[in-house]
Amino acid sequence: MTLRVTGLGHRFGLADVLADIDLELPAGESVALVGPSGCGKTTLLNLIAGLERPSAGRIDNGYARPACVFQQPRLLPWQTALDNIALGLKAVGVARRERERRAATMGLRLGLANADLDKFPHQLSGGMQSRVALARAFVLEPDLLLLDEPFSALDVGLKAELYALLLGEIAARRASLLTITHDLMEAVRLSDRILMMAPAPGRIVGEYRLDRPRGQRDDGWIYRTTAAFMDEPAVRAGFGLPGQQAGGSVVALASAAAGRAKDRP
Amino acid sequence: MNLLRAWFAGIPAYLWSGWGALASLFMFLALWDWGSQIYGDLVLPGPLATFVQLGALVDAGAAWPELAVTAKRALTGFALSLAAGSVLGLLAGLSVTASVMSRPIVTVLVGMPPIAWLVLALLWFGTGDATPVFTVFIACFPIIFVGALQGARTLDGQLKDVAHAYRLPLRMTLSDVYLPHVVSYLFPAWIAALGMSWKIVVMAELLATPDGVGAALAVSRAHLDTAASMAWIAAVVGLLLTAEYLVLEPIKREVENWRTAL
Repeated sequence: MTLRVTGLGHRFGLADVLADIDLELPAGESVALVGPSGCGKTTLLNLIAGLERPSAGRIDNGYARPACVFQQPRLLPWQTALDNIALGLKAVGVARRERERRAATMGLRLGLANADLDKFPHQLSGGMQSRVALARAFVLEPDLLLLDEPFSALDVGLKAELYALLLGEIAARRASLLTITHDLMEAVRLSDRILMMAPAPGRIVGEYRLDRPRGQRDDGWIYRTTAAFMDEPAVRAGFGLPGQQAGGSVVALASAAAGRAKDRP
Repeated sequence: MNLLRAWFAGIPAYLWSGWGALASLFMFLALWDWGSQIYGDLVLPGPLATFVQLGALVDAGAAWPELAVTAKRALTGFALSLAAGSVLGLLAGLSVTASVMSRPIVTVLVGMPPIAWLVLALLWFGTGDATPVFTVFIACFPIIFVGALQGARTLDGQLKDVAHAYRLPLRMTLSDVYLPHVVSYLFPAWIAALGMSWKIVVMAELLATPDGVGAALAVSRAHLDTAASMAWIAAVVGLLLTAEYLVLEPIKREVENWRTAL
């Protein structure tokens, strides 16, 4: 089971959005794609998810059960939280009673209350809607999760909780994860490998490995690693940061990184 | 089935919420009675005289057959426009070109006075069922067409991606993603068109047919029988109110449950 992208290119009209993307994602690995807004990250994810057809190159997706979580929750407004979670199960023909049981179990595990399950999306807070969107993906027991910055609108505490749930879920199933984000700390927290993208046309300009196992990363390690990652020339150039900062302490760098990540929408 | 159960379960609460509506209706009756006391029974018979007259019409067996004929014509025209307007509107909404092209045509149809259609229909179909049915159809069609067009135009591309990413089969994409959205636009249009059909059919019958409520109105007018005219009007309005608030409104509430905060 592998996802293999070779020589991928994509155009919208006359504009080259993506050029010459090569990417491999073997089973159980977690990869983060980072880059500034407009560098084609979302387009790349849509291509991999099969929502658009590539203009050039090929995508061989060997995973049997991929699942997507989008940037907005994108719930069906006319269905209750429970029915929204069960959407993918209904699509593969799981009987009503069984799919409602599984959806309820998953919803509760992700921190929804029993009463929330009967509510319509507009009656839920943003955080609860995100939980429903995650549950909708998790309940399919995916072997590949594609995340398009689903946490970008959430507060720090909620993020931390959902990261833990997410990491637990993919570790338990040995599922692969492909995350798109412009939040470098999120990338450092979630992935084994970070790919840096640059715009016009979107391409991969750097690759960084994170050696410490995902389960053993404490906050201190994450701040330090994010700070070091921010010092990489390709990363500074990609995000349009001013040249290498001389002699800044690691702690100062880390807080600057956190501030910037929060400022971005 | 769920819809039916929810409909029955919702009746008590719904009826209770109707007291406010009843109060305003009684307000209206009081004003009506006041007017009739000022102008006298010949110009404006009061509510009591009107309902006594209506009771007499019902007892004499004159009311129900006429109302049935009128209802049949209104519902036939409405059903035709519902089918044609919904299907054509949805199809037009799926194509940008078709929706842009159909806009001015719909504006013409909406702007055309129903009485003009009635005159044409009289010339084309003569005096029979076809004339009121056609007039109702042509008056209701643009309302439903616009509703369906907007429903189709505003389909959410993001939800389409969800349907695709979660591998929904076509049937489920239609029933779970497209239909609820479209219905939330279509249903109000259907209700508006139903009210319209009921008004138009009486007008058409008044000029075009020998039977039906409209024809009965024409006869009572010829006899200067204001009480009978008012009785027929009360019967028509009463039927519409009953249909709207006992059947359509609860269904609408259930269908659009997801929109309103409970």
